[in-house]
Amino acid sequence: MLTEALGSVLVANRGEVARRIVRTVRRLGLRAVVVHSEADAGLPYVREADEAVLIGPADPRASYLDVAKVLAAARATGARAIHPGYGFLAENAAFARAVLDAGLVWIGPAPEAVERMGDKINARNLMEAAGVPVAAGTREPVTDLDLALRAAERIGYPVMVKAAGGGGGIGMGLARDDAGLAKAFERAARAAARFAGGDALDGPAVLLERYAERARHVEVQILGLPGGRVVALGERDCSVQRRHQKVVEESPSPGVTPELRERMLAAAVRAGQAVGYLGAGTVECLVDAREQDFVFLEMNTRLQVEHPVTELVTGLDLVELQLRVAAGESPEVEAVVSGHAIEFRVYAEDPERFLPGPGRITAWREPTGEGVRVDSGYEEGNTVTPFYDPLLAKLCVLGASREEALARGREAVAGFVVQGPRNNLPFLTELLDTRDFVSGDYDTGLVERMRAPRA
Amino acid sequence: MAEVRAEMVANVWKVVVEEGDTVTDGDTLVILESMKMEIPVLVEEDGVVAQLKVKEGDVIQEGDLIAVIE
Repeated sequence: MLTEALGSVLVANRGEVARRIVRTVRRLGLRAVVVHSEADAGLPYVREADEAVLIGPADPRASYLDVAKVLAAARATGARAIHPGYGFLAENAAFARAVLDAGLVWIGPAPEAVERMGDKINARNLMEAAGVPVAAGTREPVTDLDLALRAAERIGYPVMVKAAGGGGGIGMGLARDDAGLAKAFERAARAAARFAGGDALDGPAVLLERYAERARHVEVQILGLPGGRVVALGERDCSVQRRHQKVVEESPSPGVTPELRERMLAAAVRAGQAVGYLGAGTVECLVDAREQDFVFLEMNTRLQVEHPVTELVTGLDLVELQLRVAAGESPEVEAVVSGHAIEFRVYAEDPERFLPGPGRITAWREPTGEGVRVDSGYEEGNTVTPFYDPLLAKLCVLGASREEALARGREAVAGFVVQGPRNNLPFLTELLDTRDFVSGDYDTGLVERMRAPRA
Repeated sequence: MAEVRAEMVANVWKVVVEEGDTVTDGDTLVILESMKMEIPVLVEEDGVVAQLKVKEGDVIQEGDLIAVIE
């Protein structure tokens, strides 16, 4: 049935996630087609696919983000379905519609769900209506500083300022007072204008939310099945962040009690049902570990970077489930979590200030061992270019307990050899030796505190 | 005189100053973009922008001269 419905799947992405999707597509007996830019011609995912199409120069706007070129590649190769991965066109509702209009299968939720969740203001209001708790914040787009100042007065500092259409932490800023708000608003407005592509006629859409100090970032993996059923596949704790971007994720969260977990999973199911969600998605929340309470942050209508953590503790293949659901199947899914998994993102960035470090990879050796999984996008001899995100590989470990996972993590990080580009392996080693991370009692401020000037 | 050089391969996303501008410690000269990240290049001493060697859209290599402050 899967073969008849999909046959050949085009992966509209690059690097580690394209490679990981290709693996499952081929395991299921389907044909894997990938697209690549001139800069990525030598990467492993291009070689491992059944067919690869060069779609343009390094600049992603002229390659991976060019809808017409991606669709032309699908036509030329006879692909019947498109998997967008994460980033690039994954949360672009117009792209999802164009895929469907071209008569192809879109491996993702309905374009309407992508659209409704893509606007953070809209998503917030929708979740509130569905009975999912949200933080105090703005319900209408904040379009100028004056409105922002008034809203902040009502909400109370500190506030988080975000671009309504943003993603990946871009344009996000924390404000502790009026002066800080002016700066953060300008940044978010600039990002909002960039996301809108220059036609933000009504002014930039920005939102403000009450910021919780010492919060954990915990998200629930959901899967929407045909017929309106939504299942929750446990949570992931993503509180280890730099610049509001994740570095390490684990499941289960060490900061969530069984009672809170039950409430969060139920709320995530309601969130999915509220938008008629189909396929894999993630409901991100902020958790106050002391109060054991949570609020909705945003919903990501795609496969998440850190999905391997959930795969390790559930034994499921989320990409396979996405493909089956897209093919119209209704797979039996048993949401049983066992063991403890941690993902360490290996980034091409310096371990002190986290600044990008592109360059040629002169040595590359991945760790192996019991409970170790590596999803990598590169190999020895490749060049890491400045055009794309700095993710080199995801080093994931599974243990029977958190202690065992930490021990396996230490050994695996020590066994990972990357030479050439500056990379954050030394930071990961340091993290695994940091008391608050090891104890599990940490929040989203952990990395900042590790890098604060010592008195 | 101080030379400001690029710390990494990057695209020049925005040029904030012009030659002849008076700048003070901490001012932003240009904003680079690399690996989906905006990286402001800051002035580290007071002075005047004597030379500006980059324009928006340029691709620069590690060590390339961005500006000279006098």
